[in-house]
Amino acid sequence: MKKKSKNKIIKVRNLTKSFDNNLILNNINLDLFEKESLAIIGKSGSGKSVLLKCIIGLLTPNKGSIKIDGREIVNSSSKDKEKILLDFGVTFQNGALFDSLSVWENIVFRTIKFKKLSKNDAKNLALSIILNLGLDKNILNLYPSELSGGMQKRVAIARAICDKPKILLFDEPTSGLDPITGSIIDDLIKNTVSRLGVTAITITHDMSSVFKFADRVILINNNQIEWVGEPKKMNNSKNQTIKNFLKNK
Amino acid sequence: MSIVVNIFSSIGKSTLFFFQSIGKIIYFFLLSVNWSFRRPFYFKQINKQILDIGFYSLPVVGLTTFFSGMVLALQTYSGFENFNNENTVAKIVLTSILRELGPVLAGLMVAGRVGAKMAAEIATMRVSNQIDALETLATRPIQYLIVPRFLASIMCVPILVLIGNIIGVFGGFVVASFKLDFSPTLYIVSTLNHINLMDIAQGLVKALIFGIIISIISCYFGYNANGGAEGVGRATTISVVTSSVLILTSTYFITAIFI
Repeated sequence: MKKKSKNKIIKVRNLTKSFDNNLILNNINLDLFEKESLAIIGKSGSGKSVLLKCIIGLLTPNKGSIKIDGREIVNSSSKDKEKILLDFGVTFQNGALFDSLSVWENIVFRTIKFKKLSKNDAKNLALSIILNLGLDKNILNLYPSELSGGMQKRVAIARAICDKPKILLFDEPTSGLDPITGSIIDDLIKNTVSRLGVTAITITHDMSSVFKFADRVILINNNQIEWVGEPKKMNNSKNQTIKNFLKNK
Repeated sequence: MSIVVNIFSSIGKSTLFFFQSIGKIIYFFLLSVNWSFRRPFYFKQINKQILDIGFYSLPVVGLTTFFSGMVLALQTYSGFENFNNENTVAKIVLTSILRELGPVLAGLMVAGRVGAKMAAEIATMRVSNQIDALETLATRPIQYLIVPRFLASIMCVPILVLIGNIIGVFGGFVVASFKLDFSPTLYIVSTLNHINLMDIAQGLVKALIFGIIISIISCYFGYNANGGAEGVGRATTISVVTSSVLILTSTYFITAIFI
């Protein structure tokens, strides 16, 4: 396990989120330290993705505060939010690659907006990243629909790390993949996070992923954080949901 | 008693939903106008949409207006057979196409072809998290997705209508000259004599408003889609139906203002 910093990079306080009358998250408090890798587990519909979307400002909580490196993201202006988002690299559940853009255009999408790169430089940058992630150089000009599920996830990771963000978020990175490809993606996340020295939050149902790369685990159940601890402590936990998750590992 | 309450409650909810939707669509329109004047400008996206909306819609708009001009000439001839036909047919074909048929047909064709595509594309992006991904990549979806479609629509639909008008009038000329045995020269002279700038202006105002309707309605329903593939289908259908209904109703009010 890598050495954690004591600096809190994400501070969530009293976060409450509901849709109409449906309460999803109730009074969530969470701290994430620099260079820490956090896994969020919980049943489907427990609010894991909602928490993630609140952290990156895609959803506005009903109540509470979220500070990223000391800057409040809740109700911040779109300009401030844009600046805060530069610290994040996000991969969504299904990759969420842009269908109309080729692989290299997807990867350098944000970079090209902020750094005036020539087409060749941008392509070379995308190439160096995909080679690091074990992808073939020939996919550079392909479109997302021409890639397999595992390749799409890897390209999504390439896009997330392209600008060297401080925080990486992975929303169910192995969902929909066969166990072998899932394991490859897990290793990739573990290596990427440790190589770049970034903070990471991963939402997953896959307990083998949790044991592979998480420094700390939180369980969301009944709209609240029900359990927090290191992965190795899960084996001795008396929490029934944790036990159920481990049983289905 | 509870049935009556349920009926009133249902009517109330529907009315509220209807007015809420109108408010949201107007807000979406104002947002699009606002972001149209702000940096960064995505010229590549705008060009792509101009090509898609303008160039690729040309065949379908041309074909429909051409045949409409032809059928209009035939119908007018059969109705006014005993009068001064060259003059009447040419005038009626020209006026009908410039004022009404050209803009309405072009609008409906663009709503069906482009509006459906816009709604389906944006809805797919919404349900597959691509719009969320755009935001996390520090790009405003309104500026990147909606504004290019909005600008391209308001630029292209009037141009399509102008071209459609010419093709429609030409369709009338073809039928009059080759089927109804009118003198081509007299027909052309009669057509040119009856060109009225206000008729052209009326058609262009309609085209501009139809361009706004098609882009805003399609983008709005696409942008607010949810529920996977079914949601994409729903957004596409509702956007085409709403755009078409609004085109047909708004043309009456614009005509009433001009006359």
